[in-house]
Amino acid sequence: MYEQDDLVYDSRRPILPSDHTRPTTERDWIKRTLIGIAIVFMLAVIVLPLVLVFVEAFRKGAGEYFSTFGDPQSQAAIRLTLLVAAIAVPLNLVFGVAAAWCVAKFEFPGKAFLTTLIDLPFSVSPVVSGMVYVLLFGAQGFLHPWIKGTNIEIIFAVPGIVLATIFVTFPFIARELIPLMQDQGNGDEEAALSLGANGWQVFWRVTLPNIKWGLLYGVLLCNARAMGEFGAVSVVSGHIRGKTTTMPLDIEILYNEYNFAAAFAVASLLALLALVTLIVKTILEFRYGDELAGTRKH
Amino acid sequence: MDIRVQNVLKQFSRYPALNDVSLDIRSGELIALLGPSGSGKTTLLRLIAGLETPTAGRIFFGDDDASSKTVQQRNVGFVFQAYALFRNMTVLENISFGLKVRPRATRPPRAEIRKRAMELLDLVQLSGLHDRFPQQLSGGQRQRVALARALAIEPRVLLLDEPFGALDAQVRKELRKWLREIHDKTGHTTVFVTHDQEEALELADRLVVMSQGKIEQVGTPDEVYDRPDNPFVFNFIGESSNLPVEIDNGEVWVGGRAVGLGAGDTPKGAAQLFFRPHDVELVNEGAALAGVVAASRRVGGTRRVELEIGGDAQRIEIDLPFDHPAGDKTRIAFRPKRWRLFSTAR
Repeated sequence: MYEQDDLVYDSRRPILPSDHTRPTTERDWIKRTLIGIAIVFMLAVIVLPLVLVFVEAFRKGAGEYFSTFGDPQSQAAIRLTLLVAAIAVPLNLVFGVAAAWCVAKFEFPGKAFLTTLIDLPFSVSPVVSGMVYVLLFGAQGFLHPWIKGTNIEIIFAVPGIVLATIFVTFPFIARELIPLMQDQGNGDEEAALSLGANGWQVFWRVTLPNIKWGLLYGVLLCNARAMGEFGAVSVVSGHIRGKTTTMPLDIEILYNEYNFAAAFAVASLLALLALVTLIVKTILEFRYGDELAGTRKH
Repeated sequence: MDIRVQNVLKQFSRYPALNDVSLDIRSGELIALLGPSGSGKTTLLRLIAGLETPTAGRIFFGDDDASSKTVQQRNVGFVFQAYALFRNMTVLENISFGLKVRPRATRPPRAEIRKRAMELLDLVQLSGLHDRFPQQLSGGQRQRVALARALAIEPRVLLLDEPFGALDAQVRKELRKWLREIHDKTGHTTVFVTHDQEEALELADRLVVMSQGKIEQVGTPDEVYDRPDNPFVFNFIGESSNLPVEIDNGEVWVGGRAVGLGAGDTPKGAAQLFFRPHDVELVNEGAALAGVVAASRRVGGTRRVELEIGGDAQRIEIDLPFDHPAGDKTRIAFRPKRWRLFSTAR
């Protein structure tokens, strides 16, 4: 027989989970309020604007929506965005892997400085990044005399946009790989060397497979930023519609022309890109979380 | 393949990790580099492998000066402490890696590589596990794969860094025996690093005892255990007790009394007396070391007691039979059966 009075301790009575309040657990109403605030905030700040982008884009119907993409100038903007990303991402892939390799696997004087330098684009305002290229290659620019004789145009042309994008997106891949490669250490590489592999073989067969998921993750973030970059590109682009406007710049121009449907239609593409990035990123984190060093940061 | 290490110096940012080390390793021998952490044993192993370059000195493989050769050219089988198995490759791919990366001219055909890898898998008693990935293996199995991978390139020497460091005691003992068998079967010159003296004594033909970047003694397990060259080796290898003594008249003196131990050719003056706690005889008469029991504890089949000797209460340890009636404060007189003296006189 169990004691009926709960206040009397009885060693025969099983201890139910509800008997204990864990010291780290808040009371119910506090929990609900906090979670509620978080959800309302998320809805208001993130979900609502995202939904609005699509609502605005389709306000005048699907026909109007798709006609935007028939517009040669918008098509040009999309093409340019893809082109810029297609140049900037692979280059940053190579730079990022090389920089991470040398920071993570070697000891040399000035290493801390180099690491800081890699982070620089994160801490500098994108507008300043763009300005730097104007100062370098613009009409009064430092390097202008050097390119003056040639037919190469950099500022207010595609090369400038590419350069600014590379600069802004540089840290994504390197930052993702450095902690990962530091964590993995040199053991595998040394083992491969001792087995007679040369530098390339070590890289392709050992190092790269070890970092592939981290690398993909970095590429994903880098690509999202490369396609979405506004500030730096805006400074160097010159806003020549159909020639030097990327999608974000095109959106701004359309918006300023009160062409809301078209502006939001293009914006919806970028939003879609963000969603896809987010989904793939989540899958990567879920599936290969232990092979990504950066999951804590982003 | 014999290895000669000649006056090798290795500095890491001005701190010497190895200080003028010379060592001859004979062909086909199984040799242990033994020492506490920071003694430079792993550095020496990595220098032999070519994973580090010496600041000064030379390393010869046979008559061949290997000092300026890269790790690839030296053709050594290296087993890493954490095994460093390639996690994206199966066991079979791991083992055949060294053959697959060879330049086309010297690379065996694919079927031959597979056959050889399978044979090695047999040798390390892991047949049937060729499709597994390293994460799916136990520590002991990983160790075996690492060894098979190192052997696959038909190395001139086999180098192992703390080969059993990460394994539990039972697996350790098993693998120790098994490594000896593999060594005897393949006849490689084998050098392994360990901080576990039991492992070194049991496994190695010769030991290299190291401390603070220097070699303290090289010898067979018997030589190192029975005739340590210096106090460090006596302390580090096996159990030891030591006591400050005076040498006079060819005899050992403690607290102004001769204790019945000959001093051999140890010079007159202060010295340290070393002996093994288990290597003593209890005596009832004649000159002897004597002390009172200060503490005792059971160690396996014997009782280890701490004795306070002389007026300044120097404590030393000796082993007594477990049924010895000694209690607290009992006075015990004994003489070491074997002992060594190291002069501390200037």
